[in-house]
Amino acid sequence: MRLEYPANVKIIRVPCTGKVDVLHLLRALEKGADGACVIGCMEGSCYFKGGNYRARKRVEQAAKILDSIGVGGQRVRMYNLSSGEGTLFAQYANEFTEHIRALGPNPIKKAGKKAA
Amino acid sequence: MIVAKQKPIDEIIKMVADCGKILVLGCNECVTVCEAGGKKEVGVLASALRMYFLNQGKEVVVDEHTLERQCDHEYLEEIRDIADKYDAILSLACGVGIQFTAEKYHDRPVYPGVNTCFLGATEQRGVWAERCQACGSCILAETGGICPVSRCAKRVMNGPCGGSSNGKCEISKDVDCAWQLIVDRLKALGRLDDYEKVMPLKDWSTDRAGGPRKVTKEEVMD
Repeated sequence: MRLEYPANVKIIRVPCTGKVDVLHLLRALEKGADGACVIGCMEGSCYFKGGNYRARKRVEQAAKILDSIGVGGQRVRMYNLSSGEGTLFAQYANEFTEHIRALGPNPIKKAGKKAA
Repeated sequence: MIVAKQKPIDEIIKMVADCGKILVLGCNECVTVCEAGGKKEVGVLASALRMYFLNQGKEVVVDEHTLERQCDHEYLEEIRDIADKYDAILSLACGVGIQFTAEKYHDRPVYPGVNTCFLGATEQRGVWAERCQACGSCILAETGGICPVSRCAKRVMNGPCGGSSNGKCEISKDVDCAWQLIVDRLKALGRLDDYEKVMPLKDWSTDRAGGPRKVTKEEVMD
């Protein structure tokens, strides 16, 4: 199975998506990422019971904050898949990359360059 | 604990909009437990403010610091050397911490990042509810450990009133009738006879109506 996904996608591994905090998502954007998506296990299949549900709530919270400061809540998103679904992972990586490309670069990055 | 809730971010932005250097100051006590102003909330707010100002093309420094407590002299001294560097201190402590910080750093503007709500307990993660109004003269011994001052909308001392129905208060179906809770608890304690006793007039002189209050304990004073 030689699957391809965009080379610009940087993977950060966590023990469970329940470990991902709203702060991690905000810091990613603050440091210049154009978008950040959390890919967790299927809902109802979390090995640690409800980590992926917690992650979804935190993504929603981060989205609200990003909307309120004018950066755009659409830049964070949550996906769910099972660990055996490599094809779906590649599909989500492509889909999210296209979604972010359509939104354009992170405005923070542009503003930061101007200021410098 | 003292329960607080973070202010909307646009309200916070308005307060600090003209500042060039801001210190977001958290507190490790109550506001950490009610997830309104601890180290994590400081990080989230500071990150959001940095991004907001960058997006606006403004060069604003937003630093983060969290104290053990903002309501004690010794912990507040921790920022003595750095406080002068900032145009504003945005405190995420409760109203007590915010005021004490302002008293201590008299020439620095100190802004509130939270709305302080009440004295309460964590009913479940993310849900905090009022349990005490600090009336200064506790009657929990008579009421089976349930407070009619903080939990009854009317603060009725010999309840329930006519607005109690099916154990709920007339102000909302989501609010328990405090006096129903008191009766149930006295029953469970085998003290239902106590319910028949008419409560004497409560001494309200220790409540907030008597003006700002102070507690002193001479044996520990310097």
